[in-house]
Amino acid sequence: MLKVRGLNVYYGNIHALHDCSFEVNEGEIVTLIGANGAGKTTTLHSVSGLIPIHSGEIEFLGKSLREVPANKIVEMGLAQVPEGRRIFANLTVMENLEMGAYIRRDKQGVKQDYEMIFAKFPRLKERYRQVAGTLSGGEQQMLAMARTLMSRPKLMLLDEPSMGLAPLLVKEIFTIIQEINRTGTTILLVEQNANMALAIANRAYVLETGKIVSSGDAKELAASEAVRKAYLGG
Amino acid sequence: MGFLHEFLQQMVNGISLGSIYALLALGYTMVYGIVKLINFAHGDILMLGAFGGFFVLAAYGVTPLTFILALLVGMLVCATVGIVIEKTCYKPLRSAPRINALITAIGVSIFIENGARVVKAIGPNPKQFPTFKTVNFPIGDINISQIQIIVFVVSILLMFLLTYIVNYTKLGKAMRAVSFDRQAAYLMGINVDWIISFTFALGSALAAAAGILFASAYPQVEPYMGIIPGLKAFVAAVLGGIGSIPGAMVGGFIMGIAETLTKGFISSQLADAIAFGILILILVVKPSGILGKNVSEKV
Repeated sequence: MLKVRGLNVYYGNIHALHDCSFEVNEGEIVTLIGANGAGKTTTLHSVSGLIPIHSGEIEFLGKSLREVPANKIVEMGLAQVPEGRRIFANLTVMENLEMGAYIRRDKQGVKQDYEMIFAKFPRLKERYRQVAGTLSGGEQQMLAMARTLMSRPKLMLLDEPSMGLAPLLVKEIFTIIQEINRTGTTILLVEQNANMALAIANRAYVLETGKIVSSGDAKELAASEAVRKAYLGG
Repeated sequence: MGFLHEFLQQMVNGISLGSIYALLALGYTMVYGIVKLINFAHGDILMLGAFGGFFVLAAYGVTPLTFILALLVGMLVCATVGIVIEKTCYKPLRSAPRINALITAIGVSIFIENGARVVKAIGPNPKQFPTFKTVNFPIGDINISQIQIIVFVVSILLMFLLTYIVNYTKLGKAMRAVSFDRQAAYLMGINVDWIISFTFALGSALAAAAGILFASAYPQVEPYMGIIPGLKAFVAAVLGGIGSIPGAMVGGFIMGIAETLTKGFISSQLADAIAFGILILILVVKPSGILGKNVSEKV
């Protein structure tokens, strides 16, 4: 579904990503784990078209994304839940969801999806007229995911959904991610919380200072000595 | 006759003038909200709008219908000009340091003013703006002219319209989303370029309306006519809290009233000094303005 080959990204003189190649197949949960500053967010930003890439190829559903502007990528069915949630804090919960549905023209379908979202996230229904900035961190993460779901993505990129949340909430969020995946959305998950990410993923890639250093089945990687030492605390 | 009468009369004048400042201040605040640029050419858009109205009224005479036509033509022309300026001058500088865009804005301003001077149809000399014959409606001792009423009513209508667009339409919501977090807006599939153009168009259309109303109240048009109202509206936007739409409206009325009260009670020569004194005072006391939020710079 998503194919990234030989991706190189620079920030000025800094070579942020070195020849990164990875793949996400339809229906999978794939995770990209790595330490702070390894290039995880940079990878997602280049897939979403937010930063220019130096060389390499990104293909989604057989089409190159290199010349496609960020907003058109969303229309193709590839949407991202950004790091730090980035909800529109000055808009209400409902308006945030409407922005998620910005690209859609089917009013009826959008209406149904609001119902679907409110069934999945009852807390958002209670607060739909509230200004989003007043939500708690967990609720904001749910809103960020709900907002992205409103575009009906085929592939959903999630950047650090566990960031800054209490362990119980992290569990809840990860359960929701699995549910989203079960209802037919492919997932590419970027996480520092490698334990949780590897537990729900099918496959994983390990990113270290801009290079992919290992990859494979999530369960096998979770068991491997090197990954345990580096990311799972022994 | 006495203090109270004079005060009320100046309040009426101030509210009328203030509604023009408010219309103009809205453009500053919306553009700042969305691209963090003080568009110093905004006052010159007022001038272009006034001339747009001038040509319509000069050609077809002054009737209520032609006045509305003048407003529509001026607003449409300026909305287009606003989009063209944004696309050609500001968009290429979007990732450049902010000071570059600011200097460009000053350049655009000088270009429009002097461009207008050399264009035959406008020219350097002041022209009489065709306007309604003044009819006064005395309420007690206070005189309200029908032009003041027109200015006030048209401004209020436009402000309601803008508030509706910003708060209740999809485009308005997208404008607020883009101004809050442009990158996140991209990730929603929002066509950010188009939203920015739309914002410039809205602001410029309001400036055009302000220009025609201004020229109706002070019936003279010339290429530099936008500078002083532009600066005062900028002060109004800062006073209300730059980036805040209700703030720009409040700031506009305060500026208008402060100006007329100064003219009435202190000295007409000091009116401008007081206006810019207000700017200095806000920057010292509350830089975020009356309704502005104290937001720290994002890195």
